Amino acid sequence: MTTKLLAGTPVEVNEEGFFVDPDVWTEDMATELAAEANIAVPLTDKHWQVLHYMRKEYFEKGTGPTVRKLGKSSGVTVKELYQLFPKGPAKLAALCAGIPKPRGCV
Amino acid sequence: MAQEPKKLLILGGGTGGTLAANRLRKKFKASELRIDVVDQDNQHVYQPGLLFVPFGLAEPDEIVRRRNKQLHRGIGYHESAIQGVDINANTVSLENGEILDYDVLLVATGSVLQPEETEGMNGSQWLKTVFTFYDMEGASALAEKLDTFESGELVINVIDMPIKCPVAPLEFAFLADWFLTEKGVRDAVTITYVTPLDGAFTKPVASATLASLLEDKGINLVTEFNTAEIDNEGSKLVGYDEREIPFDLAVVIPLHGGAAYVEESPGLGDELGFIPTDNATMQSLVAPNIFVLGDAADVPASKAGSVTHFEGEVLVENIEAFIAGRELTARFDGHANCFIETGFSKALLIDFNYETEPLPGHYPFSVGLPLLKESRINHLGKLMFQSFYWHGLLPGRDIPGIGSDMPMSGKDKDLVGAGTTPASATEKGN
Repeated sequence: MTTKLLAGTPVEVNEEGFFVDPDVWTEDMATELAAEANIAVPLTDKHWQVLHYMRKEYFEKGTGPTVRKLGKSSGVTVKELYQLFPKGPAKLAALCAGIPKPRGCV
Repeated sequence: MAQEPKKLLILGGGTGGTLAANRLRKKFKASELRIDVVDQDNQHVYQPGLLFVPFGLAEPDEIVRRRNKQLHRGIGYHESAIQGVDINANTVSLENGEILDYDVLLVATGSVLQPEETEGMNGSQWLKTVFTFYDMEGASALAEKLDTFESGELVINVIDMPIKCPVAPLEFAFLADWFLTEKGVRDAVTITYVTPLDGAFTKPVASATLASLLEDKGINLVTEFNTAEIDNEGSKLVGYDEREIPFDLAVVIPLHGGAAYVEESPGLGDELGFIPTDNATMQSLVAPNIFVLGDAADVPASKAGSVTHFEGEVLVENIEAFIAGRELTARFDGHANCFIETGFSKALLIDFNYETEPLPGHYPFSVGLPLLKESRINHLGKLMFQSFYWHGLLPGRDIPGIGSDMPMSGKDKDLVGAGTTPASATEKGN
């Protein structure tokens, strides 16, 4: 557990950089996190659509959605997700959305 | 006046549906509980056997039996596809026109392959140079293909999790190495294992062991590859990150989802067609009188027969409690174990649960089968298991010493926390 300064506020994050407390998240923090991950900022409407959807799902279900679930229900296709958040869309979007790493499968 | 028996309806006559029906039949008299099972066909496939079919180590008819013959006397069997479940009216409509009502519903319809979800998968090369061994048709066709395959690039690709038996694609790679070696053509074939995970397997200690086995056998490992498309004309996998992997023979594990009727049943399943389920009690989160067993559940355990077996013991206790109006007290701990066939008549065994990743040691006690280590005895265990499946597991017999809870006594506990965090091991990057 470490503390990271985001948008001028100290935020507690785990060893992989995911928020410990999703409630402290702000949009300015998301922009900083995205820039750190080499995503061009300011973020597009599609980026925000995904980030807000991730947070909504997290608060409703206790875990962020996987890429397949995002592709089926966020209104953004899997292909677009990989363009918006390259490499690991669900992981990267969760990171920027200030929620824990999505619970995957075994 | 005698009371009408309660009605338990079980959707799916596979591993979970069959073992639950048989165990519950023993617990209740016919006057107390009526049990009916529905399935769309009458072919019960011993699914672990599919792995052996492509290599000529099992014949299709050796691993299939009739579903209704595995059910004890006093259990009704309906052969029809399911149209949908009305979770408010407590009814299930079948494609043959029947409408069945229930007091308690058990969903055990497993997972289905969805090759159509990946661009190009069931395209012009499907069953020509692109195969899966996850169903009988594919496994049989692949056997013919492997018979004449003597050189080139063999690529094994898991599209995305969750899949049934997450170790099976690795076993396929190990067996292919053995098979091609025996044929004397191993030097002319490159084997590449392509996975969306960041390692060979989901759990750190086992992942390291399995990665070094791949290396020993000269099998290439490509990680974090997310397949966007199978390019039939170009004979290559294309990733979302635009990486390309050429193949002469691709063995793919298609995406999995829940059974098709789940989508036609409002409120029953999630986006992928799996049923939201309490991790510990196996009661669904969609209605208190709906329980879920095996692959159909969205619990964070492997979609594997051993998990279904261990869940089954808990489920049966909890359905009994539910019918009696008692609190559900039985708890499933996520226990799974799998033999991993590694070729040349050897196999590994892994044993784990929600909290504890697969560790070295012995199972079930300190004197027992070696864990996370290749041995002949594990290979024999794997071969003998089919007989136990038909004659022990499905009829609902207990095996002394093999309980639903994961045993810790034979495991090398020092490795827990040695640079790994078991709790986070169930997480996956994308």
